[in-house]
Amino acid sequence: MIRLEKRPQPSRAWSLATPLVAVLATMLFGGLLFAALGKDPVEAIRTIFWDPLFGEFAFYYRPQLLIKGAPLVLIAIGLSLGFKAGIWNIGAEGQYIMGAIVGASVGLAFYPYEAWYIFPLMVIGGALGGWIWAMIPAVLKVRFGTNEILVSLMLVYVAEQLLASASLRFLKNPEGFGFPGSRNLQSYESAFNADLIEGSGMHWGVVAAFIAVIFAYVLLNRHMVGFHIRLTGEAPRAAKFAGVNPARLILLCLGISGALAGLAGLFEVSGPAGQISIDFNVGYGFTAIIVAFLGRLHPVGILLAGGLMALTYIGGDIAQSNLGLPSAAIQLFQGMLLFFLLALDLLTNFRVSLRKVEVA
Amino acid sequence: MDLSAINPVLLIASLMVAATPILLAAIGELVVEKSGVLNLGVEGMMIIGAVSGFAIAVESGSPWLGFVASAVAGAVFSLLFVLLTQVAKANQVASGLALTLTGLGLSALLGQSYVGIRPPQMGKLDIPLLSDLPVLGPILFGHDPILYLGIALTAGVWALLKFTRAGLVLRAVGENHDAAHALGYKVIRIRIMAIMFGGACAGLGGAYISLIRVPQWTEGMTAGVGWIALALVVFASWKPWRALLGAYLFGGVTVVQLNLQAAGVAIPVEYLAMSPYVITIIVLVILSADKSSAPAALGRNFHASR
Amino acid sequence: MKLTTLLTSAAMALGLATVAVAAEKTKVGFVYVGPVGDGGWTYEHNQGRLAVEEAFGDKVETVYVENVAEGPDAERVMTQMALEGADLIFTTSFGYMDPTINVAKKFPNVKFEHATGYKRADNVSTYSARFYEGRAVQGTIAGSMTESNIIGYIGSYPIPEVIRGINSAYIHAKKVNPDVQFKIVWAFTWFDPAKEADAAKVLIEQGADVILQHTDSTAPQAAAQAAGNVITFGQASDMSEYGPKPRVSSIIDNWAPYYLARTQAVMDGTWTSVDTWDGIGAGMVGIGEISDAVPADVKTAALALQASLADGSYHAFTGPVNKQDGSVWLADGETADDGTLAGMNFFVEGIEGDIPQ
Repeated sequence: MIRLEKRPQPSRAWSLATPLVAVLATMLFGGLLFAALGKDPVEAIRTIFWDPLFGEFAFYYRPQLLIKGAPLVLIAIGLSLGFKAGIWNIGAEGQYIMGAIVGASVGLAFYPYEAWYIFPLMVIGGALGGWIWAMIPAVLKVRFGTNEILVSLMLVYVAEQLLASASLRFLKNPEGFGFPGSRNLQSYESAFNADLIEGSGMHWGVVAAFIAVIFAYVLLNRHMVGFHIRLTGEAPRAAKFAGVNPARLILLCLGISGALAGLAGLFEVSGPAGQISIDFNVGYGFTAIIVAFLGRLHPVGILLAGGLMALTYIGGDIAQSNLGLPSAAIQLFQGMLLFFLLALDLLTNFRVSLRKVEVA
Repeated sequence: MDLSAINPVLLIASLMVAATPILLAAIGELVVEKSGVLNLGVEGMMIIGAVSGFAIAVESGSPWLGFVASAVAGAVFSLLFVLLTQVAKANQVASGLALTLTGLGLSALLGQSYVGIRPPQMGKLDIPLLSDLPVLGPILFGHDPILYLGIALTAGVWALLKFTRAGLVLRAVGENHDAAHALGYKVIRIRIMAIMFGGACAGLGGAYISLIRVPQWTEGMTAGVGWIALALVVFASWKPWRALLGAYLFGGVTVVQLNLQAAGVAIPVEYLAMSPYVITIIVLVILSADKSSAPAALGRNFHASR
Repeated sequence: MKLTTLLTSAAMALGLATVAVAAEKTKVGFVYVGPVGDGGWTYEHNQGRLAVEEAFGDKVETVYVENVAEGPDAERVMTQMALEGADLIFTTSFGYMDPTINVAKKFPNVKFEHATGYKRADNVSTYSARFYEGRAVQGTIAGSMTESNIIGYIGSYPIPEVIRGINSAYIHAKKVNPDVQFKIVWAFTWFDPAKEADAAKVLIEQGADVILQHTDSTAPQAAAQAAGNVITFGQASDMSEYGPKPRVSSIIDNWAPYYLARTQAVMDGTWTSVDTWDGIGAGMVGIGEISDAVPADVKTAALALQASLADGSYHAFTGPVNKQDGSVWLADGETADDGTLAGMNFFVEGIEGDIPQ
């Protein structure tokens, strides 16, 4: 009989080892899946995990990892603060869209005037857009006790409609022959979030993601607010006695995560994506939730998880193209990865012992 | 603008159809949440139900078998969630998302050879006389059997929670699992059964989309209905009849906005399209005053420590 | 050395390498916006890819990536295909326009084909189909067969492509039936079968007995069948499983002839950048078989219209046509120019309601 005993402290060794074990297990079962689909499993796994980093064209894929990973990390860092405190913002996708719309609107309001301060203003606009969108569930929760999971989720759908409206009406490119979508910010120098070193993939969003990781690390480990966040999540009653103001914490956590998601949207629309379009959002806000958990809500963990997730996306696309794997197989593969990471978390928090049941 | 073109009887009849998949999934999730478990994987279980129901219905030629298969498939698939949250004690929010991601991928793989096929039809209830009644006929007696099953399930769950011992135990587990455990109830076992019931209901809801409402199979065809069902449970403050009302309201807003468009009402379409979500938020705010029925242990895992 | 230079030179090296290999195999890449199992837009593009594979056999290798989001993901997938030695890449969504141009700049030796866009370069062609010609045929059948004189139209988003289709269908329905009225519902989604089903039901309940759809699922077909005496048309694919009624005909996206011709051109070294906008004549727009549910005289008229569109003797937008506000758009006998059609953002006279914009 397998018995579980809760560890007094999560095991450090296992918390470091489980991600590796999970990745290995995913490779094994993913390999079986690929074999079942009639593909060479070893080659498929190599294509997904090895080629983007060390393959023939790695010089191109490595910068792409930064481009793909940065928004995930930026959003996930913000979400992790709330998740730690038991505040569930799952509407980051909507905040990401709103950041992009507001930020792009600020930039396009100046078009075609060129000035150094346009981009900083857009950044502020982006953060503000995401922040406001996150403040709706925050204020409703504080004021009325409304469930923030559902309000933030509903607001994603509202934001998607606003995005359609922006692409078709108020941000539509007047020189776009009536097609939906805004002007391309890549060709508007003052608003273009270009690579800082050309071809490196390092745009301001990547820089912001790294800063966010450091900021979150310091906040959680060296600051009173971070202590309150952790305390509220681990022992809500103790937090009350310690004088934590839950309303302030809700506003703060949702506000930070909204602003970071908004920033991610702004950096994306002004850089890699270039324009507001009906299908601008590609699910970063939802994937970031997975990244936050993969990274065990720890800033450094999230950084690594964001990289891993970006790797499976990029490697997955390569595998589709080179091996003819359907995208559904890649999606399932990512699901497996998350599944194993969550399942193996057990080993971190519990001691598993194989013992015969004693006869009482 | 020509509002007279809108026929209220037909509108009500078609919003009932629009509401049924949401209702089925929501009733299942309601039971899951009553047991203290938050399963965000409804969308994943629905699409698994949609594809397996479709496949079995096509292979066997019987929509009934399809529905049975969808319920079984939904329940079996929910076992993944059981494994994560009840056995491995993993975080329920993340596990639910994992379930959705896996479900979407798996369903697309399973359904590859079923694109562009027309499933066997399920007949409508046709009671002579009753179905031909002027107003009540189309609303009450002119639907497919699964729609009535949805309403019956609502009634059943309501009765179960209110009058039976099983319902009492379920609620006890959801309110305070430690106390329930101390009283000798098998917390984990009860929760597993609740999760599987939720999976079966979500599977039925998915199959309703692929076999009756649309009917066809395409990848990702549930298109977010599972998430709406989740919202509906809270919207209903965990009361079955309110879930029914909410489902009709939600289905109704969608149908009404399309009706207004067709009648030429000059309201910007995207605002009409977002109205169901905005209205849900407003109702959430109004109903959040009533927290009496939120299961206290919702989302918290149970481990029997000695 | 700058990274872009490195990229370009790597591409050049590869380009040279592929020229050497090209004698044996031409590599053709396809970038899809949806899953190949969507049964509509992407499904039909993939049918075109399969036709290329079948026609050229060992001489060609095709690769594809599905579910590619517009923006940076598309750019990455195209670059990856180019790096891996693709000679010709079809990018099959409007949103891939700027990414295609960006990637094409870096790979001057790779040919790109962008569907439904308007930006071209020396190695970027654009192609699109004159689906409005098919709409003209639909409009003729719809206008003749409607008894309630109400025709329901399910639009996706109010973009020129969709508006063109509505106008074309309306003009030709009106021609055979002066009392015809269009009820238009915008779904504001590319893909949501349940919502399409609702939209169709709503239109039928409001008296429409013909449903035209610019969304790809069969949901409206099923709704029409359930309602009884309503006719529909297949969209993107034939949807013949719903024939002979409600589905009485269809518009089929047939990309195969174009894909075959362009692949052949790359093999022969005769590929040049062109702007292709083909209709029924070139076979890019297929008209599915008109079923027996259509009266013989209507069928004859529809086939005659189809033939005149095909041989170019008739243009679907021939004056006199006024805009919705009553101002003259096309004088008597004048035909619409492609520029205006490509960016069409107005309804013609007689259609009620505003375009949401």
